[in-house]
Amino acid sequence: MGLLSKKDSKLIMDPLADNNPITIQVLGICSALAITAQLKPSIVMAISVMFVMGVGNVVISLMRNIIPSKIRIIVQLVVVATLVIIVDQVLKAFAYSLSKELSVFIGLIITNCIIMGRFEAFALGNGVWRSFLDGIGNALGYGVILIIVGFFRELLGSGTLFGFKVLGDPVEKTGLYAIGYENNGFMVLPPMALIVVGIIIWVQRSRNKDLIED
Amino acid sequence: MGLKQNLHNLKEKYKGKKMAPAFNALHTFLYLPNETTHNGTHIKAADDLKRTMNTVIMALVPCLIFGMFNAGYQHYLALGEIQQADGFLGASFWTLDNFIIGAWTVLPLVVVSYGVGLAVEFLFAVIKGHEVEEGYLVTGMLVPLIVPVDIPLWMLAVAVIFGVVIGKEVFGGTGMNILNPALTIRAFLFFAYPTWMSGDKVWVHGAVERAGTPDAISGETILGAYAQNTSLAGIDYWDMFWGIIPGSVGETSKFLIIIGALFLIFTKVGSWRIIFSTLIGALVMGLIFNGVVEAGWIGDTSKFYGLMSVPFWQHLIIGSILFGAVYMATDPVTASQTNKGKWIYGFLIGFISIMIRVFNPAYPEGVFLAILLMNVFAPTIDHYVIQGNVKRRMKRVKVKAA
Repeated sequence: MGLLSKKDSKLIMDPLADNNPITIQVLGICSALAITAQLKPSIVMAISVMFVMGVGNVVISLMRNIIPSKIRIIVQLVVVATLVIIVDQVLKAFAYSLSKELSVFIGLIITNCIIMGRFEAFALGNGVWRSFLDGIGNALGYGVILIIVGFFRELLGSGTLFGFKVLGDPVEKTGLYAIGYENNGFMVLPPMALIVVGIIIWVQRSRNKDLIED
Repeated sequence: MGLKQNLHNLKEKYKGKKMAPAFNALHTFLYLPNETTHNGTHIKAADDLKRTMNTVIMALVPCLIFGMFNAGYQHYLALGEIQQADGFLGASFWTLDNFIIGAWTVLPLVVVSYGVGLAVEFLFAVIKGHEVEEGYLVTGMLVPLIVPVDIPLWMLAVAVIFGVVIGKEVFGGTGMNILNPALTIRAFLFFAYPTWMSGDKVWVHGAVERAGTPDAISGETILGAYAQNTSLAGIDYWDMFWGIIPGSVGETSKFLIIIGALFLIFTKVGSWRIIFSTLIGALVMGLIFNGVVEAGWIGDTSKFYGLMSVPFWQHLIIGSILFGAVYMATDPVTASQTNKGKWIYGFLIGFISIMIRVFNPAYPEGVFLAILLMNVFAPTIDHYVIQGNVKRRMKRVKVKAA
């Protein structure tokens, strides 16, 4: 790794696997359940969170020595809120239908525990470059799970990926539907997202026994 | 050398190997194990887990056989090829034609349910290295009885895998599950493939294929009709009681379910507390709704009127509340364990079942949802019952000490 030192690349790689914000720390579940019925909103959500976390961590890290610790939560909230409003407005301007689909959940990035958690736990005590990497890493870890869940839910629930009918047309009975296949309506409902996340957690922990808590 | 010896030799040969649990399961299913315990207490009791499970299965067999006849009968009746049977022993009901077509549709459900379910059980036993557990014996029998006859087999297979893995194995297998696996399977089918689990087609064999053609036949259940504020012509209460009505495969005959219930209560396998409190809960809720109708708070224009105005006792003979109370709610793993807890648990199942039935016309069959809900609350109920006992006794101790 020429670009990143070993210590720095750990900041990116750890949240992707053994310290994943969703499957290990079980944070940010609310949005993971709500918007993963399809792949496209999942990806947009992942990118939005990545922007907010990357920039947010940098801003907090820059201000870390001048924020009075008594009001640091308020300062953090102001930073997140500003960034979220930027994301929201950009989406409204350039991808209106997506912004409608994601509705309140873009706004709710503010309450995403991962973001406040990283500000508190990392950006307040580390330099700018490392905070940036940490933000990107955690957002990637969050995004990966979102995309996996979104992939399975859209494929099995609607038979599509990014809106393309990959399994055939359910109305005209082509492809898999010709032999009697039907979409799984349960996949579109939020409870199934919880179960899919649970299965990912199960697979991950049975592959890496160190992650199992007593 | 008989099969028993063969199996025993295989068992010795594969001892400690990965596949050992699979052989052991076959061996102990067919024969008594030919080994004795080496330490600890030696209690020999006849009512081990397998015996208990087999008792429940015996209680279910009449329902299954009746379900086969009924599947054929409803099919031919809807086609107009036979006369309506008159009562339980009606001539046009117990015919070979009915049985053949019924067996032809119901047996594949049984085979898929057992085949897929036991395959998953064996797989997990081999992966985890423990013995195959008997838990699936009853579940595999219950599943075909609580689905519509025409459910596609692959859907059943997917649902069984889901139910056994998510409903049971992730929690640690038989005895550790929070939810009743059979009902988890039904809930999965209901939410995943609602068009195959509800409506006015699926309950009679052949109705789905014929939909939209000149040969179309209706396959509506009584509950479905009530939920639409209509009623089915030509069905009287005795038909509902004997069970010669459309419905899930094995839950229509209240008569056979009551016989099964008596059998379970007599053998002390099923808890009479749960069965009775469930029925009481259903009756109380039915009475409340009857009272609401009588007080004139709900007119006959309301969409709840159809089911709310059903006389309270009829709630027990329409739908599957009786089947749920006898075979589902009494599952010893997922029900409450304390006696007081059983009364509360059962009462709430009955109460909530009828509430869902009346208030949500989309789910007129709310029994399975109510039981799953109370499965989740059963440990909480037990906790408070036990805490209540502890508190009462602490008081007694204090009074004595003072």
